[in-house]
Amino acid sequence: MYDFTYAKPASLADAAKALGGDVEAKALAGGMTFIPVLKQRLNKPSTVIDLGALGLSGIKVEGNKLIIGAMTTHGTVAASTEVNKAIPALADLASNIGDRQVRYRGTIGGSLANNDPSACYPSAVLALGATIKTNERTISADDYFQGMFTTALNPGEIITEVHFSIPEKAAYAKFANPASRYAMVGVFVAKTTAGVRVAITGAGQNGVFRHAAFEAALAKSFTPDALNGIATPVDEMNADIHGSAAYRAHLVGVMAKRAVAAAQ
Amino acid sequence: MVVDGIGASVKRKEDLRFLSGRGNYVDDMNRPGQTFAHFLRSDVPHGKINKVDISAALKMPGVVAIFTGDDFTGVGGIPCGWQIHSKDGSPMVEPRHPVLAAGKVRHVGDPIAMVVAETKQQAKDAAEAIVLDIETLPAVAGMTAALAAGAPLVHDEAAGNVCFDWHIGDKAAVEAGFAKAHKVVRLDLVNNRLVPNAMEPRAAIGDYDVSSGEYTLYTTSQNPHVIRLLMGAFVLSIPEHKLRVVAPDVGGGFGSKIFHYAEEAALTWAAGKVKRPIKWTADRTEAFITDAHGRDHISTAELALDSEGNFLALKVNTQANMGAYLSTFAPSVPTYLSATLLAGVYKTPAIYAEVKAVFTNTVPVDAYRGAGRPEATFLVERIVDVAAREMNMDKVEIRKKNFIPKEAFPYQTPIALQYDSGDYMATFDGCLKAADYAGFEARRKASAAKGKLRGIGISTYVEACGIAPSAVAGALGARAGLYEVANIRVHPTGSVTVFTGAHSHGQGHETTFAQLVSEQLGVPHDMIDIVHGDTGKVPFGMGTYGSRSLSVGGSAMVKAMDKIIDKGKKIAAHLMEADVHDIEFKDGKFSVVGTDKAKTFGEIALTAYVPHNYPIEELEPGLEETAFYDPKNFTYPGGCHIAEVEIDPDTGTVGMVSFTAVDDIGRVINPMIVEGQVQGGIAQGIGQALLEHAIYDESGQLLSGSMMDYTMPRADDIPNISVGTEVTLCTHNPLGSKGVGEVGAIGSPPAVINAVVDALRDYGVRHVDMPATPAKIWALIDAYQPKMAAE
Amino acid sequence: MPQISLTVNGKPVSATVEARTLLVELLRDKLHLTGTHVGCDTSQCGACTVQVDGMSVKSCTMLAVQAEGASVLTIEGLVNADGSLHPMQAMFREHHALQCGYCTPGMVMSAIDLVETHPEGLSEEQIRHGLEGNLCRCTGYHNIVKAIAAAWPLMHNKALPVAAE
Ligand SMILES: Cc1cc2nc3c(=O)[nH]c(=O)nc-3n(C[C@H](O)[C@H](O)[C@H](O)COP(=O)(O)OP(=O)(O)OC[C@H]3O[C@@H](n4cnc5c(N)ncnc54)[C@H](O)[C@@H]3O)c2cc1C
Ligand code: FES
Ligand code: FES
Repeated sequence: MYDFTYAKPASLADAAKALGGDVEAKALAGGMTFIPVLKQRLNKPSTVIDLGALGLSGIKVEGNKLIIGAMTTHGTVAASTEVNKAIPALADLASNIGDRQVRYRGTIGGSLANNDPSACYPSAVLALGATIKTNERTISADDYFQGMFTTALNPGEIITEVHFSIPEKAAYAKFANPASRYAMVGVFVAKTTAGVRVAITGAGQNGVFRHAAFEAALAKSFTPDALNGIATPVDEMNADIHGSAAYRAHLVGVMAKRAVAAAQ
Repeated sequence: MVVDGIGASVKRKEDLRFLSGRGNYVDDMNRPGQTFAHFLRSDVPHGKINKVDISAALKMPGVVAIFTGDDFTGVGGIPCGWQIHSKDGSPMVEPRHPVLAAGKVRHVGDPIAMVVAETKQQAKDAAEAIVLDIETLPAVAGMTAALAAGAPLVHDEAAGNVCFDWHIGDKAAVEAGFAKAHKVVRLDLVNNRLVPNAMEPRAAIGDYDVSSGEYTLYTTSQNPHVIRLLMGAFVLSIPEHKLRVVAPDVGGGFGSKIFHYAEEAALTWAAGKVKRPIKWTADRTEAFITDAHGRDHISTAELALDSEGNFLALKVNTQANMGAYLSTFAPSVPTYLSATLLAGVYKTPAIYAEVKAVFTNTVPVDAYRGAGRPEATFLVERIVDVAAREMNMDKVEIRKKNFIPKEAFPYQTPIALQYDSGDYMATFDGCLKAADYAGFEARRKASAAKGKLRGIGISTYVEACGIAPSAVAGALGARAGLYEVANIRVHPTGSVTVFTGAHSHGQGHETTFAQLVSEQLGVPHDMIDIVHGDTGKVPFGMGTYGSRSLSVGGSAMVKAMDKIIDKGKKIAAHLMEADVHDIEFKDGKFSVVGTDKAKTFGEIALTAYVPHNYPIEELEPGLEETAFYDPKNFTYPGGCHIAEVEIDPDTGTVGMVSFTAVDDIGRVINPMIVEGQVQGGIAQGIGQALLEHAIYDESGQLLSGSMMDYTMPRADDIPNISVGTEVTLCTHNPLGSKGVGEVGAIGSPPAVINAVVDALRDYGVRHVDMPATPAKIWALIDAYQPKMAAE
Repeated sequence: MPQISLTVNGKPVSATVEARTLLVELLRDKLHLTGTHVGCDTSQCGACTVQVDGMSVKSCTMLAVQAEGASVLTIEGLVNADGSLHPMQAMFREHHALQCGYCTPGMVMSAIDLVETHPEGLSEEQIRHGLEGNLCRCTGYHNIVKAIAAAWPLMHNKALPVAAE
């Protein structure tokens, strides 16, 4: 790891200033992605800005909205009574991210800022049509994800909260990569008054995406069988040593059905 | 019998320090004045080194010295410990393996420069400042590519990238068997390449004492004396008395820490140059591209059967990947440790095997838990299952029909080995019962009702371990003896220190060996210490691998203790004024037969060291004996493993439902430790069968180069493992023990794959190569469905 | 260089570290608590697991500066003052849940957390799943699972409810 200056600002304004004033400065949340990257010397920040003292952690329900602070850990989300009541699918998703040690430290904000193509949260955020609040603005999920490891965030912009509308039904089904246990294919389905949204992570060449054909079918009938015969385009799928594009396309269908069944 | 002697599940002595964080692994050690090394490694699979410019790097903060291949031209190459001769009598091609790459780099990970600095980070910083001019050359990653006409050469001297082309067995007898065959079953198999991944990464400290001129190497090794021999005699020309090798607590080895690695030589040599200790600890990424990999065989097997299902002849052709250089025992693995096991537990009368060893631009491949025997067992047990199916025979019946019967021991196989003892029917029947084989159909139906495909797989195996009779090994190409050494030092107060050449890196020797001593000398456990892993303390030894520690190392201890007892009897006879022939030693007491006169072991020890009343004319004082034990034969554990799997046809996921093993490992000293060894080996076997695969792309880059992509078995991948034993004693060592370290990894992979193939019986699947990943299984299921629809 | 103060195994500790120093490096290199091991560089093996403020974390994936003011518990701190073992350590020995001992400290720290956070009970499946963040190459996990199940009643002072889900 290259050495850097470490700062743990006490206010969002100070953190924003530190990050905004120096393009080489980087934010640190749970560190579950960032620290391994630093260890491999793949990143050389001048300053590491620890977001741990900004009061960005917390869960609340306001009306039909579940609001999760950016620094809330996966473990906290998984165990939260509010989340388990409002959107149990989200608690379930969080409870299967990484392992317990990772869940104690990894955060929703870090996961979304990183936007790993096989991360779990992006599928929930996209399927639930959540909005991402930053120190600068509010970004809708549809605008936020812009391909693998790419988001709408400006350099130095800090995610502060994620706002989820509470759905009628939702579920997440994950097929874990056997080695890393990240999502090889993860499907989040959500049924709201506005319709059905299905978001797929892990499988696509371009990061998380919505599955229009599945959404249309499920809008008509929210049952696993509604997905019968609907193919997922193979040429848009990722392929690697763990599975071909055809396999991933197939798994998208299997996991989607399982998610719909679980959401009943 | 002593309470905590042979046969008791004594809790381990070593656990207390491991459980409280007081273990002493190499990376836990620090030497005064220590510096740190970082190795700059090749990131190209094959290349010509035009220039290594260290001028800028030398000016970096904290740099003590930087060494490159040029600095090592005066020292030897990393030696290979086993020489194989090709069919035509020519010796294997043995290219020089330089300590640091010279002229060319030959695999990703090949070390180019060693930076020595005050801190680890400074060494890394400076390594980044080294300017490399390497001209990339075309590379060969797989054996098929390496053997293709006109393929780029890994070593100019190895034409066609062939290291050797060897054979064993009676070809004519095999042809005759095939000529009269009712049926010939043919199978192509791949034994997947594995990364050993002991949890402790390799580490070493090179140290040089300016006043004595003595070098010390602290290293994560399974056999410090072997390292001293190889490095001292062949690489650095340091005589043994000036070189001490210490292997303290070692965090798992599985073969990968047998071999002499370049880093050890580089650190030792450089410590003498910079006159300060130099420490290096591999990170896991480095381990993936430097620790010797395992397996990587491609084979074709043909089995000839008569109409009754009796095996007539077996013919095998194997290509074995050696990687870019010959690692310490690499040539022995596919040949004498594998092909000689092709008889398995069967009385196949004629066997012929050919093995072509191939150089590729990959990490060297060498012994990994089981070393050759898992490959042979996988081949035999797979083809037997395929034969059963193609002969319309039951897989239980075909095995029973062909087993070597227990009356036939000692049994001479057609390929070199003579099995001393075994009862394959007993372990087989025991395992069938323990696994409730009879009840399987009901379980299969229950799974089917849930939409799951259930399969059961059997593997009946034998292996050869307790390595090895020196003369035999020497005749087969070993460049060392393979005996073991024990020194037993009885202290004046009767406590005992045992110095053993075997090395424990998880096997629990401190406990098992203490049990042996306790049993034989009647000394309680807390009065016995087992010392291993230090050439400065232990007289000599060949280390721990090939499941040899108890059968060879333990036998040496028994012999040394026999000498102690003999001497003790003489002292006792003198003290009690009796004839030495009338002295009996039992339960820690020397007594005169037929009287109540007796002396305790402690009294005799004290007398030996305070020889006031002592037969000083005939007997030296002191009570310490050394024994070298050279085994008369290999030992032959065998047994049966049964795996049960459940496949989710929607995803291809193979779930391990249960695993049952009944092994015959000869006499059991500590059943608790034995179970643990078997369970651990089976988990590695399940890993090989379902999860693990070291994959190179065509260019020679390791795609599964970290645990993010190389699937290590986790707790939820492994089922409960039921372990049982049946005992036939080894007939040629004093303990009757055979060895247990590797049986789990040897017997289990074919059991798992046989179960997977069984589960897929309705999908026309004849064979599945390891690992049976979800993607692979789904592809097989998917490929079959259109046909079903067409029917 | 940053100055940090924290509590390690109940004792106050102050140290000057580089910002890049990992918690595991602080423990092993500065405080000579070498019971905590490093087995990987991708945050997967769990050999480095310690407890920070009661939560099991991978000390290879946390900066030492992030532990400012925290209370860190390592394997060395588990042994009681009288030398007796924590029930989890004792059950690991009783059930032969370790071989080479390299994964053991992390495994024990993780297992304690697992048991402590499941007062309602732990099924075999939950134990196996709960060990996702810890690799062992030696034991095949069988005996580790047994040891954890055996430690549960000792840590909760009641019998382990059978097959709790
Ligand atoms: C062994 C292991 C297994 C894992 N398995 C999974 C899995 O199954 N599924 C899954 O989804 N993930 C998995 N992860 C990743 C884990 O969820 C991470 O926690 C997450 O991806 C990053 O979150 P973090 O809080 O650790 O962020 P960090 O690593 O601290 O930061 C990640 C990036 O986000 C930036 N960042 C962090 N917070 C903010 C913010 N509030 N605003 C702006 N930028 C910010 C940082 O600058 C950095 O670039 C795994 C990780 C590990 C180590
Ligand atoms: S060393 Fe921390 S997870 Fe491997
Ligand atoms: S005991 Fe060796 S890795 Fe677990």
